[in-house]
Amino acid sequence: MSIPIDLATVWAFIIAFAVFVYVVMDGFDLGLGILFPLFPAKADRDVIMNSVAPVWDGNETWLVLGGGGLMAAFPLAYAVLMPALYTPMIAMLLGLVFRGVAFEFRWRTQRERNRWDLAFACGSLLATLAQGIALGAILQGVHVEGRHYAGGWWDWLSPFSLLTGAALAIGYALLGATWLVMKTEGELRERAYHLSWVLLLAMLGAIGAVSVATPFLHVQYTQRWFAWPNILLTAPVPIAVAAVTALLLRSLANKYDYQPFFLTLALFALSYAGLGISMYPYIVPQSITIWQAASPENSQVFMLFGVGGLVPLILGYTAWAYWVFRGKVKPESGYH
Amino acid sequence: MLDGWDAVVLARAQFAFTMSFHIVFPAFSIGLASYLAVLEALWLWTGREVFINLFNYWLKIFAIAFGMGVVSGIVMSYQFGTNWSAFADKTGPVIGPMMAYEVLTAFFLEAGFLGVMLFGLERVGHKLHFMATLMVAVGTLISAFWILSANSWMQTPTGYAVNADGQFVAADWLKVIFNPSFPYRLVHMVLAAYLTTALVVGGVGAFHLLRDPHRAGARVMFSMAMWMATLVAPIQIFAGDQHGLNTLEYQPAKVMAMEGHFQSHKDGAPLVLFGLPDQAEGKVKYAIEVPKLSSLILKHSLDAPLAGLDAVPRENWPPVPITFWSFRVMVGIGFLMLGLGLLSLWMRWRGTLYQSRLLHLFAMAMGPAGFVAVLAGWITTETGRQPFTVYGLLRTVESASPLAAPAVASSLIAFIIVYFAVFAAGAIYILRLMAEPPHHGEQGPRNDAPARAAGITPAAAVAAEGAAR
Repeated sequence: MSIPIDLATVWAFIIAFAVFVYVVMDGFDLGLGILFPLFPAKADRDVIMNSVAPVWDGNETWLVLGGGGLMAAFPLAYAVLMPALYTPMIAMLLGLVFRGVAFEFRWRTQRERNRWDLAFACGSLLATLAQGIALGAILQGVHVEGRHYAGGWWDWLSPFSLLTGAALAIGYALLGATWLVMKTEGELRERAYHLSWVLLLAMLGAIGAVSVATPFLHVQYTQRWFAWPNILLTAPVPIAVAAVTALLLRSLANKYDYQPFFLTLALFALSYAGLGISMYPYIVPQSITIWQAASPENSQVFMLFGVGGLVPLILGYTAWAYWVFRGKVKPESGYH
Repeated sequence: MLDGWDAVVLARAQFAFTMSFHIVFPAFSIGLASYLAVLEALWLWTGREVFINLFNYWLKIFAIAFGMGVVSGIVMSYQFGTNWSAFADKTGPVIGPMMAYEVLTAFFLEAGFLGVMLFGLERVGHKLHFMATLMVAVGTLISAFWILSANSWMQTPTGYAVNADGQFVAADWLKVIFNPSFPYRLVHMVLAAYLTTALVVGGVGAFHLLRDPHRAGARVMFSMAMWMATLVAPIQIFAGDQHGLNTLEYQPAKVMAMEGHFQSHKDGAPLVLFGLPDQAEGKVKYAIEVPKLSSLILKHSLDAPLAGLDAVPRENWPPVPITFWSFRVMVGIGFLMLGLGLLSLWMRWRGTLYQSRLLHLFAMAMGPAGFVAVLAGWITTETGRQPFTVYGLLRTVESASPLAAPAVASSLIAFIIVYFAVFAAGAIYILRLMAEPPHHGEQGPRNDAPARAAGITPAAAVAAEGAAR
């Protein structure tokens, strides 16, 4: 498979990049919510919230860029996929509402604190499951007629989409746990560290299950991965997964601070690359290619200036914000 | 086709509902971000403690309002796809890039610097912190620029062509962005945001002055807010008038609905003050009219002819009663704002700005009025654009997603339940913060949290460490 260099391809990579940055930035953020019930002590929860409070809405902005960018660069794909994923999308949005407001609301009340902690946990889990299910639903393909989605509003529901939903929840939880290993200390870090072990094993199982199930969805996926000579290009992906897994196990065994989180991100990057290999050049699998969905050249060129000029700047000041709030979040330091 | 029609009505209800909730937060945070920047600048410049107290006081409220704005805004960016996919497909090449630019130039700027603005004062130093506050304020204004440009293009589309797939594409980006109604709408909306915030700040100040007229923080914020009302309300009325004239030129049917002009008038149209517009019969019942005044306002001539909806095909009529009434609500509140500004000027001149109970009660009653005016204004302009999404070119019924009514109904109910539960709680928390006066040594977000003794505040700890060093 060769990849031509044209505008639509460039934009496919830009959207893929935005979605991946979203996964990198908001994955651990949502994962913390999923892990919240496992940290019932108020002091621990306060630390967990404070470790991400200064950056959470920047993280979710990448989701807006992913959605807005898709509408701008591939309006047909946006118009077909959103109705196809109607229920997961609405569920994700409502989940994000609950968890987003919890960041501020939980500090505003003593009596009802647990209510917003619950909102944070449930909202995070709901949003994650919805994202994972949406991913599975896209991979299994949607029913398109003309320029419209032509399926029902429960078509997304299948064993495969439920599997990808669960897999993403495990993955985000692992990101959250390794984030806590990096950002906290003491007993809280110990517990996060133990959770990381369990979640890593679960995540490897999930990657395996999704990898095995995907080729059965469409014969094209099978050919893409296993037919000669494609296999020369695709084989390095599982090999790299094995290598990163080995490093990750070693970093957990050595109780490193930073490595587990970044190696987990590497695992996500590889899984994501695998996803891209399966889908390319379709943006709605087996129905609409990136060239069919692309908006006209002058729209894509107009935005290319913005992306080229601004995304480096955005990454710069986002990194600065993370730098300002770097280091371990200390629990006892609130006394003064 | 009844099923399809139902789904469209439900989708419209959903967009109206989620949009109405959302617009309240940006309207407040655009104004409040600028106000915070002014307060911090005054603090850095004069060193007076009252300004940092006020800054921290309003920063806590800003944090809650901004959070609610973010989550309700994410919903909006996906509504185009979930409920209006045909619209998204057809207008994506034009509207999409504008929204992408909004994300790139505004949302990231706001979100990127918000954390530092909220929690970073002692981490980055005063100057860098002030820059963060400025970036957030500038971000809110850039956001207004792009989203109002996109909205204005839907009202007065220019600079476009239509391609073989039936999509709108840009022929000239400058004409798309700076379309005819955009400058008017941008000025009108940003002023509305500033006035809305001024009324909230003034209402809170008045509330605390009524209890104790000697409170320094309450005095300063009340005085600032009343200056804003005095100076900006007349400008806003002028800007609104200009916006109306622009609408008359490009969207005459909307103005006809606002005015309740079903009939054309050859020599001078009356201004309908009140009445009951009847869409089916095509007339305003029980109308109270001032002869020829409408022609004077819209055409600057008593006898100028003015066309009515009878000159427009019925299938292109906007819903007249809603447009007619929401317009009156907006204009009425606008004149009340002018009245408040003038009354405060009179009291200021008499030296009783901080003592006048009448003024304080009036200002308190006007506290939430800005939100009502903003909503009424948006209802006027959006309902007045119907039955089109892109005015004159794309009908609303042709814009909706191919969804069954139960799907849209379910999501609408879910949004209603969640929004009322969540945003009512947020409103209560904000009101609770407002019920306390700003006081000496006011703390920013987190540091003041009720559970301070339980140890929740790394930012405060760093602040304390910084102070110790």
